[in-house]
Amino acid sequence: MGDVTAPVLVLACGNPSRGDDGLAPALAEALEREYAAAIASGELEVLTELQLNVEHALELRGRRRVYLVDAAASGPEVSLEAVAACRDDSFTTHRISPSALLEVYRQIERSPLPDCRLLAVRGERFELGEPFSPRARASFDEALRLLRAELGGGSRPLRGG
Amino acid sequence: MTEAQPATRRVAIDPLTRVEGHGKITLRLGEDGKVLQARLHIVEFRGFERFIQGRPYWEVPVMVQRLCGICPVSHHLAASKALDVVLGATPTPTANAVRRLMHYGQILQSHALHFFHLASPDLLFGFDSEAGRRNLQAVAAEYPELARQGVLLRRFGQEVIRITAGKRVHGTGSLPGGVNKAVTAADRDALAAALPEVLGWAREGVALVKRLHRERWELYESFGSAESGLLSLVGRDGRLELYDGVLRARSAHGALLLDGVDPARYREHFAEEVKPWSYMKFPYLTALGPERGTYKVGPLARLQNCDFIHTPLAEAERVEFREAHHGELTHAPLAYHWARLVELLHAAEVVGELLAAPELLGSELLARGERTGEGVGVIEAPRGTLIHHYRVGADDLVTSCNLIVSTTHNNQAMNDAVAQVARRYLDGVEPTEPLLNHLEVAIRAFDPCLSCATHALGKMPLEVVVVDAGGAEVGRAEKRGG
Repeated sequence: MGDVTAPVLVLACGNPSRGDDGLAPALAEALEREYAAAIASGELEVLTELQLNVEHALELRGRRRVYLVDAAASGPEVSLEAVAACRDDSFTTHRISPSALLEVYRQIERSPLPDCRLLAVRGERFELGEPFSPRARASFDEALRLLRAELGGGSRPLRGG
Repeated sequence: MTEAQPATRRVAIDPLTRVEGHGKITLRLGEDGKVLQARLHIVEFRGFERFIQGRPYWEVPVMVQRLCGICPVSHHLAASKALDVVLGATPTPTANAVRRLMHYGQILQSHALHFFHLASPDLLFGFDSEAGRRNLQAVAAEYPELARQGVLLRRFGQEVIRITAGKRVHGTGSLPGGVNKAVTAADRDALAAALPEVLGWAREGVALVKRLHRERWELYESFGSAESGLLSLVGRDGRLELYDGVLRARSAHGALLLDGVDPARYREHFAEEVKPWSYMKFPYLTALGPERGTYKVGPLARLQNCDFIHTPLAEAERVEFREAHHGELTHAPLAYHWARLVELLHAAEVVGELLAAPELLGSELLARGERTGEGVGVIEAPRGTLIHHYRVGADDLVTSCNLIVSTTHNNQAMNDAVAQVARRYLDGVEPTEPLLNHLEVAIRAFDPCLSCATHALGKMPLEVVVVDAGGAEVGRAEKRGG
């Protein structure tokens, strides 16, 4: 309500109580520490949620670039892919797919989509109360390096994105 | 959790790897080939209770929010209320006002999410419309203003939560004995400025659901309808009360079975039946037994259990709802949607009341008392009655934890609705896509929170198995979630 919108958003999804599902929130915490100045100056915003949901369409407003970060149960250690708007039936009261989220944004905002990328970080154990697995710790480091490269390193994101 | 799908490299945030369960329905046929029995199998969530044991009590209101990303506030507040009792502390007027504001913001955002974005595709396009059309994006394309209002209503509710809980996720606003921050005048004014528009959208939502229900009255009133008792909190004067009150139960035809029951004594009145085919328990009223004592909770139960609603707009809608049903109780799952929207309107009105209350800006936030060591907190979460019960040792560590969530209360009612729909729509022995859709519509009306009641988040990958009178499988179909 009346907030200034940062051009770059990192939206991290996951449940820290469920082992490697906490990868994205942990990455968000690391970014908040490293990029405190950029966050304070309104160039970057970092949000953490348990899962992506429909109202996050409103978080896309006025953004130049959006990084969605989530743990992955399969695939490479880290992958960064562009997300395209696409209609699917993924919506429930508990979550929505990144593509469907962009489609909702397109429909209700009627404005150009931001450059949206999904960073998937590989984990393997997702049980309640578990610590990060060794694999997740390795994925975390790689994902953080990649995010630093994307955001420009140091304490401020690149203005060009 | 993101599930990578190697064939296409499509990466979707998929909850299924956060989960260990999925929805499965077994339909047992009789000798005559008709559906004799339907069983909805959901893996009940019990792990969190063990997770809590051994933790310091002051961590609990924050930790329990991780049960669910949709109604974390309900768990946050139910735990806080239980731990108030453990500490022997009676929250101050300011703490109560802040917590209530948080709770009604939660009701508003959860109901908006469910109706506008989950249920509306079924209701607007029809249960039989093609699957590609029954989704949120189709609503956004064909009814963009409706979709937008739903998003903005949810956003408003979340803003209320952010202001009262401190954060949008895993807030720390409520704690045993009270709250840790008051609302500022600036935040109050910002919310109050947005409220007229919110009330307008809420009223439009009620008008829409009423129209849809009235247009297809016979279908809506019969689809999945199965009689059961009703359970909810009500105020001591019988009003609709979602934050704190006494337990009331009615029979399927409206007779009072329990009234004025102190929630702390829930164990004297309720028991849970274990059935060998389900991990989720079946609560019932002890006095009536497991066969006759089942009940439903949530908006439909609350709207028909209370005597009145103290806010004028919602009360007018409640009266219209009751008159439309000629004063009789309805057990139609699709009537949940109508009741849900009346509650959404009520929540918006209560938010307005609380924003105008001077105690909201008070400075006495925490109360102290004499430790009791045990406490029960009951709250009406968006989906129904939520019970948190803790025992805490002298070393401040939780020694036992019992959670009964709304979806567990509704277990039998959902099974009954599924059975009714299956009897009506199963043609032969092979479950068809339309049957799966109809079963999903019936279950969805209860708004089951699978992450609370189970390990599951999100839309269940629904599996239907048909077995004959001898127990042999004769049909099967599956619908993957997301």
